Amino acid sequence: MRHRFSVQVGPVGFRVGSAWRGPIAALERLYAGYPKPDVPDMTVRLFPERPWRRFARPSVAISGDFWLPDAAPLPLAQGLLAAEMGMNLQVALGWRRHLLLHCSAVERDGRVLLMSGASGSGKSTLATMLAMRGWRFLGDEFAFVGLEDGRIHPFPRASSLKNASVASVRAAGGTVGPVLEGTPKGTIGYWRPPESAVQRMAEAAPPALLLFPRYGRPENVERLAASETFMLLTQASTNYVALGEAGFGALTRLVRTVPALGIDYPDGDAGLALVDRLWGGL
Amino acid sequence: MRYAADPPAARLTVALDELVAIYHRPSGATHLLAPPAPELLDALAEGPADAADLLARLSRRFDLPDAAPDAIEARMEELVLAGLAWRA
Repeated sequence: MRHRFSVQVGPVGFRVGSAWRGPIAALERLYAGYPKPDVPDMTVRLFPERPWRRFARPSVAISGDFWLPDAAPLPLAQGLLAAEMGMNLQVALGWRRHLLLHCSAVERDGRVLLMSGASGSGKSTLATMLAMRGWRFLGDEFAFVGLEDGRIHPFPRASSLKNASVASVRAAGGTVGPVLEGTPKGTIGYWRPPESAVQRMAEAAPPALLLFPRYGRPENVERLAASETFMLLTQASTNYVALGEAGFGALTRLVRTVPALGIDYPDGDAGLALVDRLWGGL
Repeated sequence: MRYAADPPAARLTVALDELVAIYHRPSGATHLLAPPAPELLDALAEGPADAADLLARLSRRFDLPDAAPDAIEARMEELVLAGLAWRA
C-alpha cells in the first residue's frame, strides 16, 4: 500500500498499510519510541471504500488477515481509530499463542492486577490512573495469559479513554492526545503509557487479583466463585474456543489460583482507594 | 433406557467449586456440571448402563439413601442433550 507503518507491542508485531498518509502519521506519533518487529505477525489495511472515496469525503474501510464482514468504514479524520480497531481485531480473531482476555492489566511488586468488564466499566480508566500512581501499565484492552505458566504478558498500547474519562485523567495530571470527537463510541482520547512500560514490555508477571469493576454504583465488593469467574472469562476471551484444550488449561488454572471480586464504585477516587485496599489485603 | 459415554480419557475434568469444568475432547466443547453429573459420567466408565445400574454403581462410592432411578434418568437425559453421553 502507499503508506506503511510497523510496530512491536509486547508479543505482537503489527504492520499497517494505508491509502492515506494521515492515519500513518498519527500512528507514528502515538507509537514513537516503540520497537519495530523483525517479522510482523498481523496486518491491517486501511483503504478507500470505493476508489474515488480516497479523495471525495474520504472514508476509511479496514481489512486485514482477519475481519468481520459488517465493520462500517470511518471518516478519514478518525483514521487513527480505524487503525487501532483494525489492530485490536487482528489480535482478537487471530492470536493463538496466548489465551486472550478482554481485560486491563497493571503490575506492582511483580504481581499483576487484572480488571475485566464491558465498555464503560472503568477498566481502562482505572488501569491508566493506577499507572499514573506508579503501577506498571501492561495494557487496557487485552491480557495475554501464558498457556504454559499462566503469566500475564504486557501489551502496552496507548490506553483508549472514552468520554468523561478523558477529563478525569487530565484532571489527575495525565496527558491525553490525540482526542477524536464524534466516533461511534463517542469521544476517544489516547493516553500514552510511560516509557518504562514500553521498555519492559517483554517482562511477564503472574496474576494475583482479578477484579470485575462497575463504575457509577454505590461501593460494594463481592467475592465471585471460581465457576462464575470461569464463565465470565470464557465470555471475555476472544480466543478461548479456538485454543481448545490449551485454553481450558490456562483458564481453569487462572480461576483456581487467582481470587476474583466484583467491585462497584461511585467515582474514580473511590475506585482507586478500593483497589489499594483490596490489593493491600492480599 | 441404557446409556453410554466416552471413556474418561476423552474428558479433562477440573473441580472449580461445587461445579466441575469439563473439556470434552471429541467435541472441543466446555461444560460446567453440577453433581451428580460428573459422577454419572465416571460411573459409565465401566460400560453402558441403565439408571438402576448407574445407581448401584454410584452407591458403591457414595451414600445415596434418597436417590431414585427417575432422578438419575433425568440427569442422564441432560447429559445426552449436552452431547456428553448417548442412549446405548
